[in-house]
Amino acid sequence: MPIQSLRGALLALLLVAVFLAGVWSQSSGVIDDFLWYLPDVRFLAVQHLWLTAMSGGLAIAVAIPLGILLSRPSMSRWAESLMQVLNVGTTIPTLAVLALSMSFLGIGTVPAVFGLFVATLLPITRNTYAGLKGVNPALMEAAAGIGMSPAQRLLKVELPNALYVIFAGMRTALTINVGTVPLAFLIGAGGLGELIFTGIDLYDPVMMLSGAIPTALLAIVVDALIATVAFLVVPRGVNPNRA
Amino acid sequence: MIKLDNLTKVFDTPKGAVVAADHISMEVPRGEICILLGPSGCGKTTTLKMINRIVQPTSGKVFIDGEDTTDMDTQSLRRNIGYVIQQIGLFPNMTIEENITVVPKLLGWDKARYRERARELMAMIALEPDAFLKRYPNELSGGQQQRIGVARALAADPPVMLMDEPFGAIDPINRAVIQDEFLKMQQELKKTIMFVSHDIDEAIKMGDRIAVFREGKLVQYSEPDDLLAAPRNAFVESFLGEDRALKRLNLVKVNEIVSDEIGTVSPGDTLEQALARIDDFGYQNSILMVNDQRQPVGLITRAVARTTRGYCRDHFQNVPATVGLDDDLRKVASLMFAQDTTWLPCVDDEGRVCGQITQRAMTHHLGARFRAAERTAQAAAETTSKE
Ligand SMILES: Nc1ncnc2c1ncn2[C@@H]1O[C@H](COP(=O)(O)OP(=O)(O)OP(=O)(O)O)[C@@H](O)[C@H]1O
Ligand SMILES: [Mg+2]
Repeated sequence: MPIQSLRGALLALLLVAVFLAGVWSQSSGVIDDFLWYLPDVRFLAVQHLWLTAMSGGLAIAVAIPLGILLSRPSMSRWAESLMQVLNVGTTIPTLAVLALSMSFLGIGTVPAVFGLFVATLLPITRNTYAGLKGVNPALMEAAAGIGMSPAQRLLKVELPNALYVIFAGMRTALTINVGTVPLAFLIGAGGLGELIFTGIDLYDPVMMLSGAIPTALLAIVVDALIATVAFLVVPRGVNPNRA
Repeated sequence: MIKLDNLTKVFDTPKGAVVAADHISMEVPRGEICILLGPSGCGKTTTLKMINRIVQPTSGKVFIDGEDTTDMDTQSLRRNIGYVIQQIGLFPNMTIEENITVVPKLLGWDKARYRERARELMAMIALEPDAFLKRYPNELSGGQQQRIGVARALAADPPVMLMDEPFGAIDPINRAVIQDEFLKMQQELKKTIMFVSHDIDEAIKMGDRIAVFREGKLVQYSEPDDLLAAPRNAFVESFLGEDRALKRLNLVKVNEIVSDEIGTVSPGDTLEQALARIDDFGYQNSILMVNDQRQPVGLITRAVARTTRGYCRDHFQNVPATVGLDDDLRKVASLMFAQDTTWLPCVDDEGRVCGQITQRAMTHHLGARFRAAERTAQAAAETTSKE
C-alpha cells in the first residue's frame, strides 16, 4: 500500500510539472521558436534516415553472411581469433572511425556512410556468429542424421533458431547507428547533427534540441520497428516474446 | 539387415587415443530389434552413429541389406535410416507437423501425401492430430516430445531405424506404455532396429537380440533368454544383476508351460464327489468349480468338502485370480504371491478354463534352461581345457 500511494503521488507530481512546463513554454514563446525550425528538421531527418538506411543496410548485407561464414565448422580454426579482432574494433570510438574514413575518403556522404557502416557491422556480425554457434548441437546432429545437406541445415535449422539473437544484434546496432549519425555532420554529410552541433556552437539550446529530440525519437522508432519485424519474422517456437 | 564388420572407432583426444568401439562385428536380421546394452561410456552411441556416419569409422565396414555403405552418398544413406537421437532434438522453430514431415519433404513427396502421413503417424503414436500438429515442441511434455521424435524417424517409412535411448526421458509408467505401443507398431512395421539402452529390463522387453558392450568391446550377443540363462562371463553376469532368473519370468508366456490337465467339479456335484476328485488329482487345498461353458465360477476347499454336506453350488469360495495364455510368468508369479497360492487356473480368450499353471512347473521350466546352459558351459570349458 505505501508503495502504491507513493507511486501515485509521484505520478501526480509529474503531471503537474508537465503542465507547468507547457504553460511556461507557451507564455515564453519557445514553441514558436521550435516551430521555426520545423522545415529544417523535416529535411534533415530524411537525410538522417538515409544515412542510417544506407550504412545499416550495407552492414546487414555484409555482417550476416560474414557471421555465417565464420560460424562454419571449416572456419572454426580462424573464427575465434577473427571475432577477437572484431571485438577490439568495436572499442574504437565511432568518432575516430569517422575521422579515419574522412582521411582517406575525403568529405561528404561516402566517408560518413562508410564510417557508420564499420561501426554497425561489428555488433551484427558478432550476434550472427554467436547466435549460430549457440544453436543446440543436438539439433545439428538430428538435422544431419535426418539427411539434410549443409545448406538445408543452415536454412531450415540454424538460421531460424539463431534468428532471435541475430535480430537482437540488428536492433542494438541500428539504434546506435541512428544515434551516431549526428557525428556524420562533422565530416560534411548532413543529418540532424547539423542542428545539434550548430546549436551548440551558437549557444542556441532551442536549435540544439530541435536536432537532439528528433534524433532520440528516430532511435526509438527504429528500435520499435525492428522489434516488430522480429516479432513477426522469428518463428513462434523460438520466439520468447510469443510463447 | 544390418551387418557390422570389425567396426572400430578411435577418438584422438588431448589425453590420448580413446578406443570407443573395438572391432565390433555383429549382424541384425531383417525385421528384428537389436538392443545395444552396457554401462555408460561403453561405446553404444558411437557404434550406432557409425552406422549413419555421424561418426566416421576409423576402420571396418557397415553393410545394410548386404550392401557396403562405405561409398554410398551420405545424405541419401541417412534419409533411408530413421534416426532418434539421445537428446530428442526436435526442431524448436518448426511445428510438430513440420518436424514430422521434414524427411518426406526432403525426399520430395507432394504436400497432400506428407500431410496425410503426418496424421497417420500421430494416430500411430497415440497423439490427437488436431490438438498437436500445429503446436511447437516447447508446448509438449518430454514424453510427448519423445514420441514425436520417434514419429519423425518413422515418417518416410525407412527400413532401418537407429534409436538412441528413445524412451530415456519418460517416467517409468509412461515408458512401459510407450514401449508396448512401440512393440505393437513393430509387429506390423517389421523394421530392422538398432536400439541403445542401458536399462536391462527395457532390453529384455524390447529386444529380439541383445548386444552387451564393455569398454568398446562386444562381450556377448545373444537372444534375451540365452543371455539371462547363460551369461558369458562375470561382467555380463553382474551387469544383468543377481535377480536375472526372475527377469526371465518376463520372457516366458503362460502357454509355454501351461498344463492342460486340470480337475474340476460342476455346481451340481455333491461335496462328497468334490472331495473324491480332490484326492484323485492329488490336490492339496482345493478344486476349481466350472459352469456349463467351462468358465471358472468358484473354488471348493478340501476343508469345506470334508466337513460339510450338500452341493458344490452352495459352498464355494471366489476364484482368487485367473491368467490368460499370453500373460508372462512375471504376472503369474506376482498373482500367486498376492493370493498366497501355488497354482492358478488358465483361461482362453473366451474365458473358458483350459488348464492350470503351478509354481512347480514355473520353477522347473526356468531351472531346466539354467541346467542346460550350465551343461553347455561346462562342456565348452572341458573342450577348451583338452585343446
Ligand atoms: N567426439 C568424441 N571425442 C572424444 N571421445 C569421445 C567422443 N564421443 C565419445 N567419446 C568417448 O567414447 C566413449 C564411448 O562413448 P559413447 O558416447 O559411445 O558411450 P555410450 O555407451 O553411448 O554411453 P552413454 O550410455 O553414457 O550414452 C566414451 O569414453 C566417450 O568419452
Ligand atoms: Mg549414449
